[in-house]
Formats: sequence, C-alpha cells, structure tokens
Amino acid sequence: MSSWTPTAPRPAPSNTVGFVAWARANLFATKLDTALTLLAFTLVVYVVEAIFGWAIIDASFTGDDRTACLKEVQGACWPFIEAKFGQFIYGRYPDAERWRVDLVFLSGLIGLIPMLMPNVGFKRANMIYLLGFYPIFAFIMLNGGMLGLAMVDTTDWGGLLVTLVVAITGIVASLPLGILLALGRRSDLPIVRALCIGFIEIFRGVPLITVLFMASVMLPLFLPDGINFDKLVRCLIGVALFSSAYMAEVVRGGLQAIPKGQYEAAAALGLGYWKTTHLIILPQALKLVIPGIVNTFIGLFKDTTLVLIVGLFDLLGIVQLHFTDASWATPETHITGYVFAGAVFWLFCFAMSRYSIFMENHLSTDRTSS
Amino acid sequence: MLGALVLAMVWLVANVQSNLERQNINSGFGFLSERAGFGINQTLIEYSEDSSFARVLTVGLLNTLLVSVLGIGLATVLGFVLGVARLSSNWLVNKAAMVYVEIFRNVPLLLHIMFWYFGVLRNLPSPRKAVSLGDAVFLSNRGIVVPALEMTAAAWWYGAALAVSTTAYFWLRRRARLLRLADGTAQSIWRPVSMIAMASLAFAALLGGVPFSFDIPALKGFNFRGGITVIPEFVALLLALSLYTAAFIAEIVRAGIQSVSKGQREAAAALGLPDNTALRLVVIPQALRVIIPPLTSQYLNLTKNSSLAVAIAYPDIVSVFAGTTLTQVGQAVEIIFITMMIYLTLSLLTSFAMNRYNARIALVGQKS
Repeated sequence: MSSWTPTAPRPAPSNTVGFVAWARANLFATKLDTALTLLAFTLVVYVVEAIFGWAIIDASFTGDDRTACLKEVQGACWPFIEAKFGQFIYGRYPDAERWRVDLVFLSGLIGLIPMLMPNVGFKRANMIYLLGFYPIFAFIMLNGGMLGLAMVDTTDWGGLLVTLVVAITGIVASLPLGILLALGRRSDLPIVRALCIGFIEIFRGVPLITVLFMASVMLPLFLPDGINFDKLVRCLIGVALFSSAYMAEVVRGGLQAIPKGQYEAAAALGLGYWKTTHLIILPQALKLVIPGIVNTFIGLFKDTTLVLIVGLFDLLGIVQLHFTDASWATPETHITGYVFAGAVFWLFCFAMSRYSIFMENHLSTDRTSS
Repeated sequence: MLGALVLAMVWLVANVQSNLERQNINSGFGFLSERAGFGINQTLIEYSEDSSFARVLTVGLLNTLLVSVLGIGLATVLGFVLGVARLSSNWLVNKAAMVYVEIFRNVPLLLHIMFWYFGVLRNLPSPRKAVSLGDAVFLSNRGIVVPALEMTAAAWWYGAALAVSTTAYFWLRRRARLLRLADGTAQSIWRPVSMIAMASLAFAALLGGVPFSFDIPALKGFNFRGGITVIPEFVALLLALSLYTAAFIAEIVRAGIQSVSKGQREAAAALGLPDNTALRLVVIPQALRVIIPPLTSQYLNLTKNSSLAVAIAYPDIVSVFAGTTLTQVGQAVEIIFITMMIYLTLSLLTSFAMNRYNARIALVGQKS
C-alpha cells in the first residue's frame, strides 16, 4: 500500500521570482521609471567607463620618471604615487627614523581597535592607555631628543603623519573642552555662561581659515617676548579651539535631552553639581550624541587639510608640493595625486561614518526598550 | 575668578602692545584709507591699484557674496534632486545618488577645490587652442568666455509689456478673490492673464523688434576680445562648493521627507487628493519644517567655506584682505578682527533671515 504523497507545488510564474521580477518591480515599474532607468544606466555606464579607462586601461603602472606617463592617450600616472609614497606618508621625516612613526601608528591601533569594539572589556584600562600613556609615548617617539632618540624637528614632519597628528590632537582636545563649554553654557553663573556663549558663537561664526590665520599670525603677538611656539603647535591650538566650539553644541543637544527628573532624582540622593554631572547626566547625554560626536570628528578630519594654507605639509599639502617636481611633470600628475589623496581621506571618513551608524544601531536597542 | 580673568586680559593686552612697539607696527584703522597698490583680477565694482584698502575690503566682500549666493542656489537645486533620487523606488537611480553622496561628502572640500582648479581647469588648452562650443563659448586655461548679453533701446517696450501683464494679473486676482468672497463662484484667471501677456509682448515685438544683441567673443592675438570672461578660480570654487554642499543637502532633504509619516500620505489619498497635490500641500510643508534648520547651517557652512578661495587665489575677502593686505600692512590684529567680524555678521544675518522663514513655516503648520 503506497502512502499518499502530495504533488510538489508548481513553481511560481517566472515573471514573479528571481531577477526578472526584481527588475520589473525596481527598475521598470512604470513608464517614467523605465525612462529614468535608461537615463541613469547610460550615465552610469559613461562614468564607469571613463573612470575604468583612466585608472586602469590607459594608465601607466611602472616607470621611474615622467617619460613613463607621456603616452598618446594617457590615463593615471601611478608610478608617481609609487615613487613618492614614502614622502606622502612621512613627509621629510628622516628615512632611518621612520620606524618610530610606524611604531606610533601601530601602538595607536592596538589601543584603538579594542576601544571601538563595544563587546571587548577593560574599557577603563584601555582609556587610561589611550588618553594617558599614548599621547606622551607618541610625543617622545615622534619628537625625539630624549631616551637616545635623535631630535626630529616638526618642520620635517609631513604627509599622513601631520594629518593624523592634527586630527587626533584636535579630537582628543576638543571633546573635554567641548563638554566644559557645553556645561558652562547651561551654568547658573551669568559670567561663565556669557563667556561660554561668546566663545562658542564666535568660533562657530567664522571660517576655520581665519582661526588658523589668527593662530599663526596673532598668537605670537599675545605672548611675552622670547616665548614662541612651534608652527605645528599653534595650528593645533587653533584647530582644537575651533572644533571644541562645534563639539560644545553637539554635547548641549545631549544635555537638553536629559529629562529634569534625572537632575531632581540626583538632588534627592544628595549629590552635588559635579557628582550629578559626572555620574548621572554626562553618561546618558554623551551616549545620546555619539553619532553627532563622530560627525564632528569627520568634519575635523577633513578640515585638517586647511593647515596647508598656513604652510604646514599635511597629506594634501605634500601631494601639492610634489607636483612642482619637474621630473614628474605630466598633464596627468595632478589628477593622479588628487585621486590618491582623495582616496585616503575618503577611506578614513567613510570608515568613521559607518562606525557611527553601527554605534547608533548598537546603542538604540537599549533606548527603545526603556 | 573675575579678578584673575581681568588680570589675564591686562597681561595679554600689555604683551600685544610691547610686541607691536618692538616690531614697529602701527595700530588703529587708519590704513584703510591708504593706497592699496595691487591689482585684483575679478572686481564687481570699479577698482584700480590707486584704490584704498577699504575698497579692497569691499571688492573682496562682494566676491565672497557672489560665489556664496550662486553656490547656495546651485547646491540647493542639485541637493534637492539628489535627495529625492535617494528616495526613489527605482533601484538604479537610488543607488547612483547614494554613491554620489558617499563619495562627495567624505572627501575634504579643499581637495575638491584644488582638483577642479589645478587638475581640470588649469589643464585646459591655451586660448589659441581653446575648446569651443558653437564658436560662442570658449574653454581655455584663462577661464570660460561667454557671449555678453547687451540690451538695446527696444528692451524698454518689453519692460512696459511686463509691467502691463503684472498689473493685469494682480487686478484680476483681486477681482476673482472679491467675487469668490461675495457669492462663492470660483473662476480661473490664467486664461485672461496669459492672453493679456501674449498680446502685450506681441505688441512690444512689433514696435521694438529684437530687444538684445550678443557681444560674441573672438580670438585676437593671445587672448579673447569681447564677451564676458569668467575666471577659472571662480568656476573651480563655485563647482567645488556646490557639488560638495549638495551631497549634504541631499541627506537633509532625504531625512526631511522621510520624517513625514506614511499616515499623512494615506490620509491625503483618503481625502481624494491627487498625488502631486498631496505632495505640495501635505508632505512638503511638513518636510520643510524638518529641513529648514539644518539647511540653514549648510548655507552658513558654504559661505564660510568660500574662504578656502585663498588656496587658489580667488579674490575673496580672506584672500585679498586677510592675505594680500595683511602682508602689505602687517596690522594683523585689526585685519583679522575686521575679517572675523564680517563673517560673524554674515552668519548672524543669514541665520536671522532663515529663522524668520522657519517661524513662518512652523506657524502655517500649527494653524492647519
């Protein structure tokens, strides 16, 4: 006796499954949609073909000087990047000492990666390493002049090294300054409040380039005779003050989102102002504005390029500087250099923005349940 | 604490004074009336080397305003198109807009500016080998030369025709409104208005003929004569500012439209409003309320970012005033102070205007 076996279901009509159905729904749903798809398709093919042709098919990949990049139809001149790569990363940092920069990059990554992963523990120890030990270590390693390391003047620093030094110092300095300014703006003391509002609004109302001009031209005037800062340090101060004003506004957004009941509950427990702020308000407020903080970091990272206007050689500055090298002067050198620098900046900024989205999702789960 | 603050201020001022004395730098704003002695390659008002530094300041400010206003216009149009494209149900359009936004907003603006200036525009051929579009527009490394539009006397007839049509429009609209209030009859005024407009324009054409002529550029020797030359610095700055800011505006527009809940659209459909009417009367007014505040800060950013002009020597206020003038005069404190004050004023004026607009929109939203 054979048991009853149901007939297998017939396959769905071919126009409702797979690529065809997807294309009908997403590309050719209406007449207008079809027209748009065709238009966009032509545009995309045109752009992709142009980029592909320039970056790969017509490009030169090997060579030692400009003669490699003077074909009839010339695309990207990659040997230029290859030849100058060391300069783009380290600037004029002496060849024999570059291991020190590598060590600083590496030890930074070792501290940063576990810090960024929410599931890894030891956050407090990690924080002490990153904010306490690392800056001092990085300064000694990069600057030298002690522990038997040769002194490397900051005028020899350049390339990605300067970009990262300016960006990271700006980030590390602007967060605590920004928090203090945001707290000051909501303070009950009228003079503190007025000073903080004035500082924030002035720095947010003027372009960074005027702040950098001020730092490089005016700062020496404010100091007594004989004391003079390094140009890099002056720029760092300018960048840090500028971004702390933006950070303050982001943090203020978080502070405003904390309900009054939290303050009252803290007061009922007998906590003073600093304890309330430190234990109750800031942990909640900062968590709320993590995406805003990361966005400020991204803006700051992109703004570091402005230091080239006051004569420091960050990544873009050093790429720009090497265009003047006559042995690499070809019509395509400029575009190749900019594409390379753009790709490096893009990688950093895109990674940061993805991380911000990841953190937003990660943190939002426990906010919606409350 | 207040005492410490005052002491610190006194100390700083004393430092500045002793430093200035030691370096033999004058103080005060007297330098503004001195002769500048350098040329500027784009001036919207009359300027020569004999003009004063105050004139330099005005020329720079006008150049800043020119590139900012045009940049804001272009960035807004492109940003809205991209923002709507990001919401399109068409997969290809959606992804293409996404790729644009992700690429353009994650690369520093200064790099955009230098790319367009040093990479593209300065790489164009010399005027003798200029790329020409229909022998009227020429692209070369000296900039873009376009035909200049010159009005002839006949333009007055067209002006009069325009005035007549506008008056007729307002009069008819008022009459239609009064009629509607009196007995509720609605009548379209577009047919009479367009008829009056066409008739008056035809009359003007009959009397005046063609109201304008073109001054077409032509190559004479090593450069172009006639037409209007747009300097490459301006084109590079404008392109970079608007393409970069458009990526940010696109995200703002997308977030704004997404913030209008689906129920609003469904309710509009249930009331029988057609799609485009629902968009105009229901979705956009609510989206605008979310869009306007961040849009304002993008406009402010664009204005402040126009100061990057100094990197490619576009004669904006930072370039000619905080740059050239500062090196000639040396009065850093006064010059940086004036520059910062001008940007602060621009920022405050823009945010004031946008706040007014925002208040109006918010009110309309709450009334309905």
